[in-house]
Amino acid sequence: MTYFVTTQTPASRIATVAGGILILLLFALPFFAGRGTIRDMFFILTMLTLAQFWNLLAGYGGLVSVGQQAFVGAGAYALFALVILGGLDPVLAVPLAGGAALAVAVPTAFFAFRLNGAYFAIGTWVIAEVVRLIVAQWKSLGGGTGTSLPRDATRDMWFVELIEASLGVRSAAARDILAYWISLVLALATIGGIYWLLRTRRGLALAAVRDNVDAARSVGVDAARMKWIVFLTSAFGTGVTGALIYLQKARISPDAAFSVTDWTAYVIFIVVIGGIGTIEGPIIGVLIFFALQSLLADYGSWYLMTLGVLAIIVMLVAPRGLWGLLSEKTGLHLFPIRRRLQGGQLNRSEDTP
Amino acid sequence: MIWVDTIAQGVLLGGLYALFAAGLSLVFGIMRLVNLAHGDLIVMGAYLILLLVTLLGLPPFLAAAVAMPLMFCIGWCLQKFLLNRTLGDDILPPLLVTFGLSIALQNALLEGFSADSQRLPTNAMTTASFQAGPISLGVMPLLTFGSAVLVIIGLNQLFYRTELGRAFRATSDDATTASLMGIKPANIFAAATGIALVIVTIAALYLGLRANFDPNVGPARLIYAFEAVIIGGLGSLWGTLAGGIIIGVAQTVGAAINPEWQILSGHIAFLLVLLVRPRGLFPRAHD
Repeated sequence: MTYFVTTQTPASRIATVAGGILILLLFALPFFAGRGTIRDMFFILTMLTLAQFWNLLAGYGGLVSVGQQAFVGAGAYALFALVILGGLDPVLAVPLAGGAALAVAVPTAFFAFRLNGAYFAIGTWVIAEVVRLIVAQWKSLGGGTGTSLPRDATRDMWFVELIEASLGVRSAAARDILAYWISLVLALATIGGIYWLLRTRRGLALAAVRDNVDAARSVGVDAARMKWIVFLTSAFGTGVTGALIYLQKARISPDAAFSVTDWTAYVIFIVVIGGIGTIEGPIIGVLIFFALQSLLADYGSWYLMTLGVLAIIVMLVAPRGLWGLLSEKTGLHLFPIRRRLQGGQLNRSEDTP
Repeated sequence: MIWVDTIAQGVLLGGLYALFAAGLSLVFGIMRLVNLAHGDLIVMGAYLILLLVTLLGLPPFLAAAVAMPLMFCIGWCLQKFLLNRTLGDDILPPLLVTFGLSIALQNALLEGFSADSQRLPTNAMTTASFQAGPISLGVMPLLTFGSAVLVIIGLNQLFYRTELGRAFRATSDDATTASLMGIKPANIFAAATGIALVIVTIAALYLGLRANFDPNVGPARLIYAFEAVIIGGLGSLWGTLAGGIIIGVAQTVGAAINPEWQILSGHIAFLLVLLVRPRGLFPRAHD
């Protein structure tokens, strides 16, 4: 018998199979679900992607940003600029918009990394405000009141005609389906990518930096470099998601695209309630968030108040969130990261006491 | 000559920002806690004063005096029963709990007082102004600035002349050792937040007297306060006043050039200071 190192667990093997089936179902969803369901799923998937990136920042990188709206807004405005001013196809502009978020992220990191711990949080917020105020001066994109995507640009978007013909739906519904499929690919790529990152050497370094910066540095981890990598990755992904969200909305204004409530508060609540520092947490969090929103949507500010109070309670009672509670009780890990030594003497010595 | 006037207005506006910032600075200095709900607490204070003014018919200044002990109790309880439980090596719990508190408070105010903007009633005295050479000074901005200076003097006296101040400094330096000397850090922290909310009440009074407020203006006050603290250097109260003045002058000068640039130029001034002096203008020797 030889030793081998594995990260798999029985639960993770079952989760892989179940996840595969779920993914197929999600891709097939537009063939049997109505437009309302598709829109809801688009919302869930884009919020999940934003939550995964914030979780990568705060849960794994220890960088609590309250300025994610800077990247959502930058990505969204880049999409509008590329389509309206550059004449690009919106579908092509979505990934390119990530570059704009990256361009905002470099100076943001340069300033915000000068601030320690908690002050980093407000620092990112200040920079998001600066970006919002500058964008509001951009007259060709509507200034402070915002603008809409031109109708012909959204109508002639790639793939829309194909979806119209093959699914027999109207143009508006086809656009929703296209946005949904992109959001599904994006969410899967994000979860897969983060999971892959955490299982590589970089991921190990990241966990080490999070747990103890000094100890990590003493074994040769470049902590500052890890912070940059995590911050820029998260900004890029958040920017692409922002562009996609506003591709679907087709209407933008600085106050909406740079809203701290929509793009940061909700995202933080999703991660905190679900479980910070896990991949499963944001998935659970977004489902609870969506359920609460459907239940309490009519109560306006009561809804946000409930979310705020719930986040406080979770943080005090169960700092690792609902998924943390569950996996502590059951030892369940759907996305295991921990490397375990199996086989060989290890198992035999357990057999013969 | 118009520039002298603009800068004078900016300096006086800085007094208001220093008042916003003093409570934040105090709490951070003693327990390294950044309270993201600070701005919303200021707005809550303004509504409390408004409530006392409308229900009991008190003049605003008297209403603020009545509100102070109430706000002290709120701060004491907030720290003792909620925020103390988040303190520790991990920076996540205090940040996320105060952020949750900020959102909850904002929406509670929205539910209770609606989104309409409000203002504390003013009289002839508070809207008066007089001419000093080429510049015209409002009585209210002068009062604000004077209050800011008094608050900072008072806090410095408290820190360096009283037993409580000694306990504050000891707990700030080393909470464990301080507790060996018979100081209960939990109570010291509660008292500090209580005092911070008394200062918040003063800030709220001037906020409500000088401009309209609604439940959503809290986060922007937090950001100004934060910028003033960072520009001044952590732990220096006079530095915080200087920071407030820099933000105030940048804002009024920016607004004089183009009204749309008012807020933006305040932020830019902050980023410039951060670029040149990352630790602020008057940083404390350690930490």
